[in-house]
Amino acid sequence: MDNLIHIPGEEPFSENAIAYLDALAHILNKDPGAKNYPEVATFAFFCRKGNLLKLKKKWLSENSLRLGRGLVFHITPSNMPVTFAWSLVFGILSGNVNIVKVSSKKYAQADIICHAIYELSKEPEHQRFSARHVLVSYNAESSASTYFSSICDVRIIWGGNATIDEVRKNKLPPHSFDVTFADRYSLCVINADKFNDEKAPEQVASGFYNDTYLFDQNACSSPHLIVWLGADENVETAKRKFWKIVYDLAKARYNFQPHSAVDKLTTFYYQAVQSEGIKKADMPDNLIWRTELKAVSKDIDKYRCYGGYFSEYKASSLKELANVFSNKFQTLSYYGIEKEVLIRFITQLKPIGIDRIVPIGKTADFSLLHDGFNLIDTLSREIELI
Amino acid sequence: MSIAELPDIQPYSLKKAEKEKLLSSYLTSLSQHHYACCEPYRKMMDGIGFDPKKDYHSIDLMFLPVQLFGMIELCSVPKEEIIRTLTSSGTSGQARSLIYLDKETAANQTKVLTKIVSSFIGTKRTPMTILDSESVIKNRNHLSANAAAITGFSLFGSTRMFALNEQMEVNTELLNSFIEKHQSERILLVGFTFKVYRFYKELIKAGIKPDLSNAVLIHGGGWKKLENESVSSKEFNNKLKDVCGIRRVHNYYGMVEQTGSIYMECEYGHLHTSVFSDVIIRRANDFSPADAGEEGIIQVLSILPKSYPGHSLLTEDRGILLGEDDCPCGRFGKYLKVTGRLEQAEIRGCSDTYDGKIN
Repeated sequence: MDNLIHIPGEEPFSENAIAYLDALAHILNKDPGAKNYPEVATFAFFCRKGNLLKLKKKWLSENSLRLGRGLVFHITPSNMPVTFAWSLVFGILSGNVNIVKVSSKKYAQADIICHAIYELSKEPEHQRFSARHVLVSYNAESSASTYFSSICDVRIIWGGNATIDEVRKNKLPPHSFDVTFADRYSLCVINADKFNDEKAPEQVASGFYNDTYLFDQNACSSPHLIVWLGADENVETAKRKFWKIVYDLAKARYNFQPHSAVDKLTTFYYQAVQSEGIKKADMPDNLIWRTELKAVSKDIDKYRCYGGYFSEYKASSLKELANVFSNKFQTLSYYGIEKEVLIRFITQLKPIGIDRIVPIGKTADFSLLHDGFNLIDTLSREIELI
Repeated sequence: MSIAELPDIQPYSLKKAEKEKLLSSYLTSLSQHHYACCEPYRKMMDGIGFDPKKDYHSIDLMFLPVQLFGMIELCSVPKEEIIRTLTSSGTSGQARSLIYLDKETAANQTKVLTKIVSSFIGTKRTPMTILDSESVIKNRNHLSANAAAITGFSLFGSTRMFALNEQMEVNTELLNSFIEKHQSERILLVGFTFKVYRFYKELIKAGIKPDLSNAVLIHGGGWKKLENESVSSKEFNNKLKDVCGIRRVHNYYGMVEQTGSIYMECEYGHLHTSVFSDVIIRRANDFSPADAGEEGIIQVLSILPKSYPGHSLLTEDRGILLGEDDCPCGRFGKYLKVTGRLEQAEIRGCSDTYDGKIN
């Protein structure tokens, strides 16, 4: 491991990096097992040369002189199968050498990607580049994190807040810093007037299904609060239509876990005690739990559950929510709202929190901007040249 | 409504129609009482759609998940009337439940426990051995689930001794002299299932085989922990029989949130609801009542909780309703089997990067 310290950082989006990732994409595309996992396919699609060159143009200004910071130590989630691979790619594209802690939990998706990385390391033309990263796995008792922390230039910690606290007990060298992705809360704003006129409501609702149920509504970007805009009568119609489609999708595709029924009921009662005037909306069963709010409280992020529990609120405009947002808020997904309105909302009302505003169905997409960090800039250093 | 109004009926004497009528009226009035006296309960009921003026059938009454008692303070009497608090043993990862008892509820718990247990072992007080250490009941105002059970059963003891010392080893001499002294009498053994198993293992370790063939054992509560040691209840009984000759064993199902109205196991190994309590097995997907023979989540109903809103609770246990009014033992009421714990959900998400325990 020690020799990783002595490999210098490269310029972001280096030719070697792009060639390496493109080769990785090829291996993944050829893997018959990968077809069963959309997240692996999405990842491979991202790694293609064509896409990376586009990103290079978008994220790298031509005049800046940048090099990777050096050694990045990634601590990645144990309950998200492919996040480790994304974290590694961010480290590679920004020009760094990487140590990636991968969960010891077994996932087929992770196995496919790890296997591809291993295959690539045997190809002569990628051998040298392959030596720039190491995937590691160890249990909680190991002191490896202490060691890796002591030699890294940047440490990336993919949350839970408790994990961040735990990992931070390990000291970093003076010049190094943490990029942390703490627990976040996300919401979805839907314009009912537009939704009622939508030609393909199934597509919108299916995007919402992907945003939530694909990750048991437990990804940071999964919406928990649904805000409806529009005329009262439209909101009622839109709600009925929207939830009917989401329900049918969940009924057909979602693996309902019995314990979630108890947890949803518990969350609802807890929320009822702490807030004023909430009501349970009628649903056929426990697959989707909808809690209707009279007002959105500042601590709304406390009342969340996994597996399909939604707080719903009808707002007169986005403005009404500005005071509710805190730095806990990450993704605002939207339907039927003009971009200009969203820009004005940010520039005029300057909400605390909200790092991403994406169309409904796109909350789980990875980008080089994460939780407000431009990862290429954050993980590389800019050299001043006058 | 007070329990004194409940006619002096035997615990297993009512058939379905009569029992439902009685329970529905009791439980509805308890819901109304808590609605009026416990603000958090009122807010929960308003949210879920409870109508305080309606007469509910017990099957339609709202139920609170037990873990809420570890999250919110739930009490239906003024604080100064609380004479005792009970705490659950606390399953991993969950806050301990806090149960507030006033004089009336505590007294009714004792009354009902006595009725139920004496219908199995008679009313005569006999020498009692507690399969635990004395330290378990040190603080009488603040009792663990364990201690509450022991205190309750103590009413059946003419004299009592603790079989384990502070280090959880068998008090061999004390035990032997106790058995010798009460040779001609039936000894009552009580304890938490897990502690009883501990007692058994200690006997093996110490290599002693006390003669308890004349004893009757009542145990309950700790089977969750026993599951980890993978001991079935049959094995459990056989092991005890081998090492100390115990032949009469009654397991019971109960929880600190409904102390008193326990579900005793009959001679056929069935857990029985008494007239003071009921169970409804619910389907997880929509909380509808499951059919007999179908596994589901256990909801427990009890007419005892008046100082706190615990009369209708959704547990995290799985169970099967075996039948009603037709157990070969002759007792009326529903009887059930507890099949295990509801498994924690395996959830995906991005907020768990730590493989170990975080405390």
